[in-house]
Amino acid sequence: MEGSSDTPVTGAERYKAGVLKYAQMGYWVPDYEPRDTDIIALFRITPQDGVDPIEAAAAVAGESSTATWTVVWTDRLTAAEKYRAKAYRVDPVPNAEGQYFAYIAYDLDLFEPGSIANLTASIIGNVFGFKPLKALRLEDMRLPVAYVKTFQGPATGIVVERERLDKFGRPLLGATVKPKLGLSGRNYGRVVYEALKGGLDFTKDDENINSQPFMHWRDRFLYCMEAVNKAQAETGEVKGTYLNVTAGTMEEMYERAEFAKELGSCIIMIDLVIGYTAIQSMANWARKNDMILHLHRAGHSTYTRQKSHGVSFRVITKWMRLTGVDHIHAGTVVGKLEGDPATTKGYYDICREEFNPMALENGLFFDQDWASLNKVMPVASGGIHAGQMHKLLHHLGEDTVFQFGGGTIGHPMGIAAGATANRVALEAMVLARNEGRDYLNEGPEILQAAARHCQPLAQALEVWKDVTFDYTSTDTPDFVPTPTASA
Amino acid sequence: MRVTQGTFSFLPDLTDEQITKQVQYCIDNGWAVSLEFTDDPHPRNTYWDMWGHPMFDNPDAAALMTELAACRKAYGDRYIRVVAFDATHGWESVKLSFIVNRPTDEPGFRLNRMEMEGRKMRYATFPYSADRPAGQRYQ
Repeated sequence: MEGSSDTPVTGAERYKAGVLKYAQMGYWVPDYEPRDTDIIALFRITPQDGVDPIEAAAAVAGESSTATWTVVWTDRLTAAEKYRAKAYRVDPVPNAEGQYFAYIAYDLDLFEPGSIANLTASIIGNVFGFKPLKALRLEDMRLPVAYVKTFQGPATGIVVERERLDKFGRPLLGATVKPKLGLSGRNYGRVVYEALKGGLDFTKDDENINSQPFMHWRDRFLYCMEAVNKAQAETGEVKGTYLNVTAGTMEEMYERAEFAKELGSCIIMIDLVIGYTAIQSMANWARKNDMILHLHRAGHSTYTRQKSHGVSFRVITKWMRLTGVDHIHAGTVVGKLEGDPATTKGYYDICREEFNPMALENGLFFDQDWASLNKVMPVASGGIHAGQMHKLLHHLGEDTVFQFGGGTIGHPMGIAAGATANRVALEAMVLARNEGRDYLNEGPEILQAAARHCQPLAQALEVWKDVTFDYTSTDTPDFVPTPTASA
Repeated sequence: MRVTQGTFSFLPDLTDEQITKQVQYCIDNGWAVSLEFTDDPHPRNTYWDMWGHPMFDNPDAAALMTELAACRKAYGDRYIRVVAFDATHGWESVKLSFIVNRPTDEPGFRLNRMEMEGRKMRYATFPYSADRPAGQRYQ
């Protein structure tokens, strides 16, 4: 490579045919002050041995915006400097040798309004295969209000969902039907009916239940809606079941969604694997048809779990709030799936807050203004049970769905009893919290007291008393809060 | 049956002391508390009758409990609920809603099915009590 510094080459020299370092081409601008309308991306970069981190950051900026490997004269036909992404800050990652945080600012004009597909084609496009990097991870993004406002946002939002369901002041309760594959439509509806009658608000199709030989989708929808309506009449409460409309084509998904609407379902679901454009289309459909839209994050762990390479789930969560889903699985802290408390809090805050202040201890690297976009209901699912209710309420708060699959269906007295146990545990915990009790520490006693008037809860507490999932998380924050001296 | 609308319907009926604590929790959060009553417990009956306006400037749960006693005296045979409203930007809706009085006998709901084409079903839920005129349903 020509040149020996990171200083941009200017004038005619800049456009002489040949090869320059990315930093020299103008993709490293250390004194750049990001504009309020810039999109900012924070990457964790691991340069190959011998590659200068600043040049690596500049290369990421270049390859995710306008650059190619060599100088091209056609740059001079445009306002090229405006369109170049600008790496403006590179910090070593604490306690991680060879890794750096690179801050890169992108001009808003680089992106089509209202298109996650367009955004991601740049930000996580070619650049993730770039040879001079060993690994690359998109850690966080700052999305300017001007860009946020080009998206519809959640079709329904937390507040309107609660109004439609007539359920306030407590987390919602759900369960995923198990076994997730193999039940006939008729048997499947039995689980839905028992769980809703017993006290759950929702039941849920699992991610891979679509239309298989043992149960075609129409059959499932019809039996499920029989179950929903029957449970509604027996309890006097609004009930719902997430009918999974995921399918091979958009046409097929629209057909299934329309059928769910005809049958009077209040909610449908899709899987993350259908892709960003399909998710946005379904969110538009859901807004138009007064349907709550649940998203199952199937597939995300392939690129979110390892810290060195991929895309952080907090970024996926931000994109999903823009695309317009109403529910997203965002971790349980205490359950069987990945997620430490501090990182998970970051995801939940992205879903539910009007404004996220920078919080490095939760993995949030930027202030983020959501410009009154609706809020997403985070869903906690995977290996949770009634005995953890105090911890769930403490970690995850009130505007969330607790989904107990095995923790409902595996109850020794049956599915309805399992549902009742969960509901009683939840209501007892919320009551105690509102009374000002130290419910986190007194949780086990609060549950035992509630179990005295609820045999199903007593049995649930006994059966699952020793079940915990204490494993070390792979995706944890890089920063811990330090006490201030003034204290 | 037992209508399980509201936040605490799976617990034994709350005592007045327990209700007072929940109401105070709402007030301390800056929410306006109010009472609503009905004799039509249909799950989609959104608009129960209001027992006065929400108490926007009331610092003490005792005031609501006084109103609850009066409301029970007048409509003790019906459902009564406490509803708390949060006017904060971004919420601007109900924050907590729980039943504090219910009829001694809850007959429940009839589920009507009308068979449509292609195995589809049209469902309708009727409270048995609603067969009688409003005001005479739980007497």
